[in-house]
Parts: sequence; C-alpha cells; structure tokens
Amino acid sequence: MIKFKNSEITPENIYKKRRSFIKSIGLSASTLAMSAIPFVSKSLAIERDKLTSYKDITTYNNYYEFGTSKSDPHRNSQIFKTTPWDITIEGEVEKPIKLSMEEISEMFISEERIYRLRCVEGWSMVIPWMGFSLSKLLSKVNPTNKAKFVEFESVYDPAQMKGQRYPVLNWPYNEGLRIDEAMHPLTTVVTGLYGKKLPNQNGAPLRIFIPWKYGFKSAKAIVKIKFVENMPTSSWMWASPREYGFYSNVNPNVDHPRWSQATERIIGEGVWAPRVKTLMFNGYGDEVASLYSGMDLKKNY
Amino acid sequence: MRRYYKTLVFFLSLWPLYVISYQIIFNQLGPEPVDRIINHFGEWTLIFILLTLSMTPLKKITKSVEWIKFRRMLGLFTFFYASIHMLSYVGLDYRFDFEPLINDVLKKKFIFIGFSAWLLLIPLAITSSERMVRLLKQNWKKIHRLIYIIGIFGVLHYIWLSKTIFFKPLIFLILLIILLLFRIKITKSVSKI
Repeated sequence: MIKFKNSEITPENIYKKRRSFIKSIGLSASTLAMSAIPFVSKSLAIERDKLTSYKDITTYNNYYEFGTSKSDPHRNSQIFKTTPWDITIEGEVEKPIKLSMEEISEMFISEERIYRLRCVEGWSMVIPWMGFSLSKLLSKVNPTNKAKFVEFESVYDPAQMKGQRYPVLNWPYNEGLRIDEAMHPLTTVVTGLYGKKLPNQNGAPLRIFIPWKYGFKSAKAIVKIKFVENMPTSSWMWASPREYGFYSNVNPNVDHPRWSQATERIIGEGVWAPRVKTLMFNGYGDEVASLYSGMDLKKNY
Repeated sequence: MRRYYKTLVFFLSLWPLYVISYQIIFNQLGPEPVDRIINHFGEWTLIFILLTLSMTPLKKITKSVEWIKFRRMLGLFTFFYASIHMLSYVGLDYRFDFEPLINDVLKKKFIFIGFSAWLLLIPLAITSSERMVRLLKQNWKKIHRLIYIIGIFGVLHYIWLSKTIFFKPLIFLILLIILLLFRIKITKSVSKI
C-alpha cells in the first residue's frame, strides 16, 4: 500500500488549478498550432480534455463484482479489505514470483498519467491516474518462448463482493492482452487517481489501464498475472462472444451489435452537452496503431 | 370516497414526473443526466405496462370490478411515458439528427423493437375513448390485445439493451410472464364454460 502523508495529498481544488495552469500552457501552444488550420473546433478540443471530477470518477463505475448498477460499486465497496494483498506473476515464465502490494509500491514509482477512458456503453471520462508502465512490472520475470499472451485475473471473494454471489459473469473476472500490447508503455498499472490512493470502487489496490481499449479490458483488483501460449477467453468474451472480441480497441467504425460506437457522451458535461465523435484508438492512434498494422480490425474487434 | 379513487390514481401516476423534476431542479441527475432521463422514463413505461396488465387479474382475484376503471388511464400513462422516453432519446440524446437515428432503428435490434412497441401503442391510445369502444365493438378488444405484444417487445427491448439480464430486466420478464400466464388461464377457464 502506498502511504501518503496528509501533507502530500494535494487538495482537489489546488490540484485542478495546477492542471488548468499546465493546460493553459499546452492550450496556448495548441491554439497557435490550430489557428493555422481553419474550421477546427477549438472549444470541442478543450471540452474533451477537461478532467472529469473526482466525484464522478468515484461514483459512476462499472464494477459488477460490487453490483450491476453504476452507483453500486461506490456503495458496496467501502469496507472491502485490500490489505494484505499479493500478486503472483506465473504461467509461461522461468521463475514465477509473488509480490506484496508494499513491495510493488517500493519497487515502482507511480507517476501521474492523464488518460481518456472510453466505456463500451458510449461514454467517456478523463482521469488523472497514478501509475507506471506494466512493462516494468512484467520485466521482473523472464517469459519462456511459448508465452504469447498475458492473462489478468481479478480477485474472487464473494464474501466481500456481493455481485460475485450471482452468475452475472464467469467469476473471477478475467482479461487478457497480447504480449506486445501488455509491454506497450501506455499500458499502465494503476495505483491511484487524483494524487490519492486508488479508491476501492475504481479497482484498489491495483488495476491495469489500457487507454486505447474499451474500459472493460482494464481489469480491476488484480491478484494474478499469467503468461500463456493461447489467446485467453476473457469474462466478457465468455458471456457473449458475438459482442465482445479479444482486442476491443476503441473503434468508431465498428459498432457493437447493440450500440453505435461512432459517438460518445462526456461524463459531467450536463444535460445540454452534445455527443462528441469517438476517436480511433480513443485518440491514441499515433502511439498504438502500429501494433495492428495489416490486421482487419473489423474482424478482430 | 370511491369517486376520488380515479383522481388519486391520476396524481399518483404523475410520480415519475415529480421525481425527475426534483432531480432536475436540485441537480441530482448524476454524471450522465441524459442517460438518466431516458432510462427513468423507459423504466416507468415498463412499470405502467405491467400495471395496466394487472387490472384484469386483480379484478378476477378480488372479484371487484373497481380495478377496470383505472385500466384506460394507466394505459394512457403508458403511452405518455413511452412518448417522453422516445422523445428524450430522439431530442436530448440525438438532437433530432435523423441520420444516425434511422441507422440505429434499422441496425440495432433493441431500438427497432422499442420503436415498434411505441408505434403499436399509437392505435391503442387513439382508440381508447368510450366512443371508440362503442364504434369498434368486437374489434376494439382485438386491437387492444396488442398490449400483450407491446409488453413482450418492451421487456425484450430492456433485456437487449442491458449488458446482463441481472437483475432488473429479469424481474420485469418474470412479472410479465406471470401476467401473461393469467390470460392463458382466463381464456382456458372461459372456453371450458
């Protein structure tokens, strides 16, 4: 567990001011750049990158272990125990290891990473996560040459997690990435948000976050990371293979069978705010598009 | 006292409007207000379909015809909330941008079936008056059996739009099945006589 002194935690209002200051620098630079291109909607760009409020990030969650309604995780996770917590890295590796949360927070320094979260349901948030690249954690083991994929297993604890008492999903929650996706610097191990310890409803004590994929790919409360040879079947693929593919990259051109993915609603923007266009790879195409060169993304959804 | 029952039911039926007005005024719609408004009226539409379908079984069980007096009003409230539900989707969410809307209706089965249910409600609302009952005679009953299909469409709409059937869609499904089974029992016992 990361221990913060009280003095180290920045109050949200100061934190926001700091952000807006940093943003204003970035903004003036980008405004200069954009002024060269006519008809670029400047206001839309600003809205998009505005941080979602701490309250919205921590009270509007999809975390079925704590209930299927968006307000359930906040309500039902408050007494969830995250200490002690161990994570094993195993499977197709030379020597499996087991790390405690304390060891992990000593080994790796969490930095602020502001990423957009795009939910498959068609909404998005901008979240100032605290975390570090998953590649750093994975480099603690040596995968064998059989290893092609990485599987993530979330905690199974129906005594503490009400939702797991019902067959809503194939518990424990399971997700997976190709090794190159897992090793990509944007793939983040998350330990906090808004400069604070990660709240239980957001996946404490440790979760992953993959900015260019739909939110459900980013497994919460992870206890096991496993290198495997074959493509893992994630919980959502198991629940509905027609609707959820392994890759699940944000893609406005490939509709979910039930929802259009062309647009999204920005959380916290109010009743009158319009939907905005969804960006390919959630706007991280420059960084990650090369991972999928030559692949048919309609087929590999 | 009984004269006031209808008025009472009318004002109680406005409950979903009180709730949403309160939430709008006191800014309690939450992080996704548009979604909240659409879902709120969608859920209440389903509740009113179930309430409308409950009146005949209640009549049989309690052996009191009182219940039937509310059926028309509840049915009209179903249409009223279904229309707000549909309009908030078309207007608030998609801002009357018909291109993606038409695309949605044709491509997404949950929208297609939901929209069909709303279309089917229109003839029922139009033919709800006393005059229409007399005018259409036997046909009136036939037309108004559409409510069974509308109920099935409505619940399917909810199941298909939810990521999982647990728990609300499942509860609506079970209640609908119970109410429809009553009809089968009633027609069977009637045909025996």
